[in-house]
Amino acid sequence: MVPEIGHFALALALALALVQSVLPIAGASRGNAVWMKSAQATAIGQVLFVAIAFAALMQAFIVSDFTVRNVVENSHSLKPMLYKVAGTWGSHEGSLLLWILILAVFGAGVAWFGSNIPAETKARTLSVQAWISVGFLSFLLLTSNPFERVFPPPLDGNDLNPLLQDMGLAMHPPLLYFGYVGFSIVFSFAVAALLEGRVDPAWARWVRPWTLAAWVSLTAGIALGSWWAYYELGWGGWWFWDPVENVSFMPWLLGTALLHSAIVTEKRDAFKSWTILLAILTFSLSLLGTFIVRSGLLTSVHAFAVDPERGLYILGLLAVSIGGSLALYAWRAPEMEPGGLFRPISREAGLLVNNLILAAATGTVLFGTLYPLILEAVTGDKISVGPPFFNAAFIPMMLALVVFMGLGPFLSWKRADIAGLLDRIQFVAVLAVIAALAAWYLLNGGPIMAYLAILGAAWLLFATLREWALRIRLFEVSLAESARRVRNLPRASHGMTLAHAGVAVLMMGMIGSTGWKSEEIVFAAPGTEVTIAGFDITFEGAAKVQGPNYIADRGTLVVRRDGELVTTLFPERRYYPVAESQTTESAIRSTLAGDLYTSIATPASDQVNNAGAWTLRILYEPLVNLIWIGSILLVIGGCLSLSDRRLRVGAPRRAKQPATDAVPAE
Amino acid sequence: MKRLIAGLPFIAAVIFGGFFLWGLNPDRDPNEIPSVLISQPAPAFDLDPVPGLETPGLARSDLVGNERPVVVNVFASWCVPCRAEHAVLTRFVERDGMRLFGINYKDKPEDAVKWLNDLGNPYERIGSDLSGRTGIEWGLSGVPETFIVDSDGTVLFRYVGPVVGPDAVERFTQALKQAGALPNGAGS
Repeated sequence: MVPEIGHFALALALALALVQSVLPIAGASRGNAVWMKSAQATAIGQVLFVAIAFAALMQAFIVSDFTVRNVVENSHSLKPMLYKVAGTWGSHEGSLLLWILILAVFGAGVAWFGSNIPAETKARTLSVQAWISVGFLSFLLLTSNPFERVFPPPLDGNDLNPLLQDMGLAMHPPLLYFGYVGFSIVFSFAVAALLEGRVDPAWARWVRPWTLAAWVSLTAGIALGSWWAYYELGWGGWWFWDPVENVSFMPWLLGTALLHSAIVTEKRDAFKSWTILLAILTFSLSLLGTFIVRSGLLTSVHAFAVDPERGLYILGLLAVSIGGSLALYAWRAPEMEPGGLFRPISREAGLLVNNLILAAATGTVLFGTLYPLILEAVTGDKISVGPPFFNAAFIPMMLALVVFMGLGPFLSWKRADIAGLLDRIQFVAVLAVIAALAAWYLLNGGPIMAYLAILGAAWLLFATLREWALRIRLFEVSLAESARRVRNLPRASHGMTLAHAGVAVLMMGMIGSTGWKSEEIVFAAPGTEVTIAGFDITFEGAAKVQGPNYIADRGTLVVRRDGELVTTLFPERRYYPVAESQTTESAIRSTLAGDLYTSIATPASDQVNNAGAWTLRILYEPLVNLIWIGSILLVIGGCLSLSDRRLRVGAPRRAKQPATDAVPAE
Repeated sequence: MKRLIAGLPFIAAVIFGGFFLWGLNPDRDPNEIPSVLISQPAPAFDLDPVPGLETPGLARSDLVGNERPVVVNVFASWCVPCRAEHAVLTRFVERDGMRLFGINYKDKPEDAVKWLNDLGNPYERIGSDLSGRTGIEWGLSGVPETFIVDSDGTVLFRYVGPVVGPDAVERFTQALKQAGALPNGAGS
């Protein structure tokens, strides 16, 4: 009964979306206020019905209703409750339902909170949002109904892929989708603005909080996914340049560019058509991600079950939404009047460079991801593009970006004072060079690129702190006065400082864990000793243990340093009998200085003759935790900026901004 | 000019869309790894028989000059999918008259003997590749792998992974028929 209610609620949501996709926009062009207002009710109705459907599916998972095919295929009665709940979005159908739920949440959010947006713009935006809803709701109902029944019902389910039975991964898709799909509303705003043929600072200000919210979730989602890969996949890597990772990373890169170019549109009424294009492309890349993950277009470790019919349907959706919006852009964008002028050295120019680098980086990742497909189509050759390409192409771009990231906040709008700028940053530059040289002296060894990266990270960190210190006039005035200034700074300003510092911290983590990683792989019989990065590790042996829905081989590793016991680690190799698959549960001793990372694999019977020998993988990754700390700083920075009062109060009406002193944040 | 620039994203999207449409072709499998050996002569090798087994060893010369193309299967007793594949290959040999040669890859002879005694031995000849050297010559990406070799020693087809399940068996049967590796009328 409950699944049928869910199914029915989805159909109702589709009906509401159909109404919303026509009525408000027609109202906007005819000046019919009632029609325009209707979007409010339909948007909120949509979110209610989709939520009912989602709750119905979740209920089926919680009670293990094995008459529902989706539950049979992705759950098992013995699975821990948390993963039963998370199983709701573990499959293609369920995750698509979550996708649609978030789409509806953002639509309803604009309907609910967007009281400062003019009625016409709001009506058009919500109609565009409803077009997307119609596309995806019909996709779900026609090709991938999550509520399909199965008869006769089996006694038990097939279990969720055990790799996915993990806290980090249970939370990863909702956050990632919140980010991905959050850009939909920005897209809708952009299309509405193109339809109206008008973009102004007020528009940029309405769009900004939604962009920020989406960006924050996407950041958190990507970081969580990376963290999961790090401790679950058992080889200590945190980024693979896998196509599915890339498709979540591209909207992030472009979304970051959008976040910054929207500031220029907001403050200086410039970059208008560029901001619109970024808004369209960011969401297009999110859609592309959805398409690639669900169509089997590229080889990847985490694709969904592949079905060409579904792929074709999504490609159709893509053609309509991306093709349509870009055609509209080609038609309307040239008519937009260019905005404020600026000098080559100014905040605008700095942000322009930021945007160009981020766009080029996105293009690089896109090219690398799709190159195998393109090459196969053109020449028939099959290749795969791996980390060497991405590292060689991407890292230098990011280093260039970091230089400008440090510089940008010092620049004032319109025209920056070069002499003053040099005066303020020379100290920072000297400090950064000293830091890099000190690292060289202390560490000796490691790739030269790593030292350049240390230079970049130090530069960014010091420049960000220096800029913050300048703003609160630290040590120039009394500490009490500085503290008062800290409180009076807009939160968005603190947000920027935190986020930029977060990038510097993140870089440090990446440099440490790639440049100075040590790794040992040994066939170890009980009693074997391994020495790595100053730790003496003794393998005591492995024993079988029984978990709730798995059986594990658990190794015992005693870690000593200079003869003193540091800790005991228990890496596991788990076997899930129902799903017939295995996972590696690494055991990690985590400190700020670095992670001691151990994992155990099945005995290598053909090469090692002595019984009881296991393959042990032991890694030491210095500073790796800074990656997650940096990501958290980015997220907190974004949240702070989101909570800024200026985003909550009414948007300004083309008031002239003072361009010199008290440079506002970002 | 401005109009042209504004139209560029659209044009790029259309081009990408074309590639995607091509990529959705259901016959296309991005996981398939083509072999560099296809249409190339099989590598030279000469393997001793597995000690303790009556079956003779295998060399390149055994693959050449046969009446029909033959099949070379790389297997090991430690490889679980091989166990599943074993039944399928046996059926091809017994029912359809396929000629099967084996390369026993990095396997302890006593394990291999026990394995074949338990499951039966469909192989005409088995070479023991204890060092894995011949496996490298054949460009193995894993075990099991199965090759069809023409009577002049040319590799016609390569199958990576176990020939298990309806799709795999269907593909393998097609390849056998195309190569003419089955006696007339067999392989239905």
